[in-house]
Amino acid sequence: MFPCLNPSDVQDGGFSFNNCSRNAALESSFSESSSKPPKARKTGTTIAGIVFKDGVILGADTRATDDMVVADKNCVKIHCIAPKIYCCGAGVAADAQITKQILASNVELHTLNTGRPPLVAMVTRTLKQMLFRYRGQVNSSLIVGGVDVDGAHLYSVYPHGSYDKLPFVTLGSGAEAAVSVFEDRFKPNMELEEGKQLVRDAIAAGIFCDLGSGSNVDLCVITQAGASFLRGFDKPTTKGRREGSYMYKPGTTAVLTKTVTPFCLDVIDQSVHAMDTK
Amino acid sequence: MNTLDVRSQLKDSVPVAGFGPHGSYGLQDSLRTGFTSIKNELIPSHSLELSEKNFQVNQDKMNMSTLRNIQGIHAPLKLKMELKAATQIQRLPFLPSSHLALDTLRGSDETIGFDDILNDPNQSEVMGEPHMMVEYKLGVL
Repeated sequence: MFPCLNPSDVQDGGFSFNNCSRNAALESSFSESSSKPPKARKTGTTIAGIVFKDGVILGADTRATDDMVVADKNCVKIHCIAPKIYCCGAGVAADAQITKQILASNVELHTLNTGRPPLVAMVTRTLKQMLFRYRGQVNSSLIVGGVDVDGAHLYSVYPHGSYDKLPFVTLGSGAEAAVSVFEDRFKPNMELEEGKQLVRDAIAAGIFCDLGSGSNVDLCVITQAGASFLRGFDKPTTKGRREGSYMYKPGTTAVLTKTVTPFCLDVIDQSVHAMDTK
Repeated sequence: MNTLDVRSQLKDSVPVAGFGPHGSYGLQDSLRTGFTSIKNELIPSHSLELSEKNFQVNQDKMNMSTLRNIQGIHAPLKLKMELKAATQIQRLPFLPSSHLALDTLRGSDETIGFDDILNDPNQSEVMGEPHMMVEYKLGVL
């Protein structure tokens, strides 16, 4: 008789809450025994976006942290949702990634259904409805930016489902550092190079001033013509190259005295072990 | 009702549907569901447990009431009739059904959510015991 389900236990798809009470009991026993339960890996991020003259520029750093340890030095935080709509994710890495994947699939199905390219507002609405449904338990904040028939749009969506539509947005643990750069130097209708430099500077501010962000700067430029993902646009944290050799020449230190003690060793025992080379 | 605090759900005086003993007349059914624990029955173990359990039902209620207000009673009546017809053409209770007509009517063949990715009932490692499932469905159990 193989294990089988009770008729009242039959599950539909989706989240299963069977282990929640067990987990709560485990957490309380963890706190008694002073060892810590495993924590989800967060991205500890700086992500930013601006609207410039021809479209949208998104930027992100590339460090993923596991509590106080860098888990991934070069991860990707900008993902494609539609050909001209990209999304940067912060928060718990797994939640951000799966949210973006589900979002991309839903947007593709919607596009096939309507026969029209998606609007950024539609992407944001799908996202915020899903995040609100799960009351912030899906712990990911995202920046959605893209170009559609109505022009260029940039939204930031928070884990509980609220969103803001702004000309420049930053999210993640390095958001304060990045937004300070934007507040200082952002102008509407900037040129492409100026905009790329500004986003690069904002992400670099996050990389240097926030412990959770680091490594390289990734940029994504989206215009009416299309999107280009510039992975590793800038690497502000590479170590400098040493110009010369700093070794002392032999003989720099004078030898004052020298004592030689011979070591007498006798062979006591010899044994041969064959190596297993098969 | 949509509060985060688990304890506040306890203060609700409306009886919580789907929670509590499963046996007839709301009594505990030790033979089938095992020993009961008051804490497990009254307080959901996760703040999302109740809202997720009733999500589809609540969405349908909202949509049907909107439809009734806009188009009159005939619209939800016809839709509910079609949904009821579609729910009746499933396979036997212990076999997996594709729910194709149901999905088309609800529009869930055009969306992907966690219900399709996680815990897919078609890929479940355990199945219901055939005799028990059919008896339960027929109400003879």
